[in-house]
Amino acid sequence: MGVERPAGRAAPPALAELRRVAIVPALNEEHTVPHVIDELRAFDPGLDVVVVDDGSTDGTAAVAAAKGAHVLRLPFNLGIGGAVQTGFRFAFEQGYDLAVRVDGDGQHDPGQLSRILEPVLRDEADIVVGSRFAAAEGGYRSTRSRRLGIRVLAAVVSRIVGQRVTDTTSGFQALNRRGIALFARDYPHDYPEVEATVMVFRHRLRLQEVPVSMRERGGGNSSITALRSIYYMVKVLLAIFVGLFRRNVVPQEGSE
Amino acid sequence: MTPLAVSIAGALASFALVVVVLELIRSRRLRERYALLWLVTGLVLTALSAWREGLNTIASWLGVRSYPPAVLFAVGILFILAVLLHYSTVISRLSDQNVVLAQKLALLEQRLREPTRT
Repeated sequence: MGVERPAGRAAPPALAELRRVAIVPALNEEHTVPHVIDELRAFDPGLDVVVVDDGSTDGTAAVAAAKGAHVLRLPFNLGIGGAVQTGFRFAFEQGYDLAVRVDGDGQHDPGQLSRILEPVLRDEADIVVGSRFAAAEGGYRSTRSRRLGIRVLAAVVSRIVGQRVTDTTSGFQALNRRGIALFARDYPHDYPEVEATVMVFRHRLRLQEVPVSMRERGGGNSSITALRSIYYMVKVLLAIFVGLFRRNVVPQEGSE
Repeated sequence: MTPLAVSIAGALASFALVVVVLELIRSRRLRERYALLWLVTGLVLTALSAWREGLNTIASWLGVRSYPPAVLFAVGILFILAVLLHYSTVISRLSDQNVVLAQKLALLEQRLREPTRT
């Protein structure tokens, strides 16, 4: 809490005036993480990078540190939700104004960061999500079952939040201080982006989608296999529907 | 045939289980991933209790002729076993992680106490 929005329609702050950090969750991605860090620096040399190593057994943490990134090493695998939230906690405690989330496997192209940063910089959104489906360009290739799952979740979420959401599973995001504060305090587990989308609306934060294209995964394996996606689907839908009946959507400080 | 009172009591009790589990999720005392098995248990037992002919049919498949509700007990026990086994795996993982946490904490503390000797 305690993050006030700038009053009036002052000129949007330039990127360079803001303390900004890229949160890069990574699990056994020593081959792609150095690239991602290089590309982030190429996009914006003033961008701090924090790599959250979610219990990798390879050299992910070492290569990230060698590139000069901050490294948060989790003592064991927490899953993507726990890992990403570690990054948000870091960003919140260190007082960053702006955070972007870019996956360590290289599927998010830091060259497209300016697109997802723009609405945040103009203070039109608290959270911006890069969507693979918002535009026709850059057709996203994936297995049929996975695309179907993403579409079903998008339809359900759109209906609940009353705004068209096309990609509820994208981890390519930009957040202002309000978004960072929310996710540092409360972030879903397991398969977090879908629930997080609903959460954002329940807290009356402004979410916007912008079209991006994503690349083939550079390395590592998708954490979602075919059988698991059914389990996740059920779990996520349950979480969403039960979540709708929560009265105090804002958990008390330190209630975890 | 199952006595009507047994069907009603069984359905009410299993439905109550479903309601309690949902309330526990809602109040954030139970995580969804640990609630799913309980929910399935509650729903299956509710269905078997309420659907009297179904219970009869399943009982006859299994050769249970004298007292069909015995199938209800069997299914209930089976699910409870599944939940318990699941929890045993969860507890095993938690205790492994707890060991790692304690070790990391000890190493960190040593570095804080003896900053020069690394």
